[in-house]
Amino acid sequence: MLPRFTHVQPTSISDALRELAAPGARVLAGGTDLLGCLRDRAVTADKLVSLNALAELRGIREQGDGGLRIGALTTLTELATHPVVRARFGALSAAAAAAASPQLRNQGTLGGNLCQRPRCWYFRGDFPCARKGGDTCFAKEGENQLHAVFGGDVCVMVHPSDTAPALQSLDAKVRLISARGSRTIGIDALFVLPAKDHTRETVVEADEIVSDILLPPPPAGAVGAYRKIRARGVWDFAIVGAAVTLGLDKKSVRQARIVLSGVAPVPWRVAEAERLLVGHELSAPRIEQAATQASSGAAPLSANAYKVMLIRGAVAEALSDVMGAR
Amino acid sequence: MTDRKKDPRDQQPVSRRGFLTTVSTSAAAAAVVGVAAPAAAAPAPRDDTGTVAIVLRVNGRRHRLLVEPRDRLISVLRERLGLTGAKPGCERGECGACTVLLDGVTRYSCMTLAVEAQEREITTIEGLAQGEEVSALQQAFIAEDGYQCGFCTPGQVMAAEGLLRTNTSPTVDAVRAAMSGNLCRCGAYGHIVKSVQQAAAARKTGGAK
Repeated sequence: MLPRFTHVQPTSISDALRELAAPGARVLAGGTDLLGCLRDRAVTADKLVSLNALAELRGIREQGDGGLRIGALTTLTELATHPVVRARFGALSAAAAAAASPQLRNQGTLGGNLCQRPRCWYFRGDFPCARKGGDTCFAKEGENQLHAVFGGDVCVMVHPSDTAPALQSLDAKVRLISARGSRTIGIDALFVLPAKDHTRETVVEADEIVSDILLPPPPAGAVGAYRKIRARGVWDFAIVGAAVTLGLDKKSVRQARIVLSGVAPVPWRVAEAERLLVGHELSAPRIEQAATQASSGAAPLSANAYKVMLIRGAVAEALSDVMGAR
Repeated sequence: MTDRKKDPRDQQPVSRRGFLTTVSTSAAAAAVVGVAAPAAAAPAPRDDTGTVAIVLRVNGRRHRLLVEPRDRLISVLRERLGLTGAKPGCERGECGACTVLLDGVTRYSCMTLAVEAQEREITTIEGLAQGEEVSALQQAFIAEDGYQCGFCTPGQVMAAEGLLRTNTSPTVDAVRAAMSGNLCRCGAYGHIVKSVQQAAAARKTGGAK
């Protein structure tokens, strides 16, 4: 049984933002993460503010400059199957298709996928962990085989989103709205490292909602891929994932963005690995160099050193996919 | 304890499904209404106990219900409407036994609030059969042994129904992908794939639903 809450489904964005300004209010979009969090008592809510009557937050619109504006309520299934997303923003469609299960992709939204809470078993379980306001990260000395090898600090969670690294590889921006106004930020600025604030994963305030995700036109000759490594082919979150978007001309890599999932509390961009690709032909040895570079600096915990090898493998396979797709 | 044998005093033969449905719905005050429902977006009337009045459209019938906002669709279907086909397995969106269709699209009813299912066309396994006559898809699961214990089967069938509504001749890979959100702990997967393919063929040639 879920804990008690009230539920409203406003029909205008302004009403929704007003409802959200009340203490104890939480956003309900697809609900695939929120209902689990409520059930596990990982979060509390007095009132759920459903966004599902707000049609203006749905849908994928092509922009005049060749970019996309994606409403935050767009489902992962829509992203995975949309012809323009598939053709020109390949990392995103591949990441959306790799998330969760068919039923959850039919329900889960892009905005919700970015704002989902950590899957750490201590966070979801009955542990007063640091992220929930306690003073201990239980994973550090405990069961940490699925935890961070980069960016850990007070908390060693990994960010669970598949779409976030793909969006970052595409240089996406996120628009946030509240009764106080709106702001548009780069997706890298959406996520918060534990060293800065270990009690939140994003900068989204309690009275704010993600309204749109904005994608600039992809680089010339863009090819993208997302390689997700997980224990089962369905449901599981990434143990390690690699989203890559490259801009290629006839001979060489003009632009490169590689962002990892499953390795850090935020989507983890590996800029040094990108630099090894730019200006060079995409060859097997070059891919191997970049993949090795991607894992350098990793600081494994007691039970997750295997992730270092998986990073190399995931990056190498994602880049090989891109090379094969040319 | 329910007695499944026909009572000789009854004039009407009692089917198991019909009997169970009657028992559960009479225990709950579920009303089928024929009038147009208020728009879902309108603020639902709320009483002192925290319940809200909603209308659910399930298998072509409208049901007016008082529910709590926290009530999940699966519990309303099973406990209030007597539609016990959808099964609570994991109750956290990780097994698929509770799969139903919302506007023709597969969903986990355990991860869906009943208040959020208003104004949607909900189809459960009970909506596939015509009375006691099973659909071509269900018949295919029987013919191909697409189950062992049967617990996950209603969810498997609904996942297949969702697929076949959009893809009338799916490849084996497409079937596997579409059915990948449904676990079968008996491991009848091979037979399930054959069942779905046979159903696809039967729907094309027989014109059956």
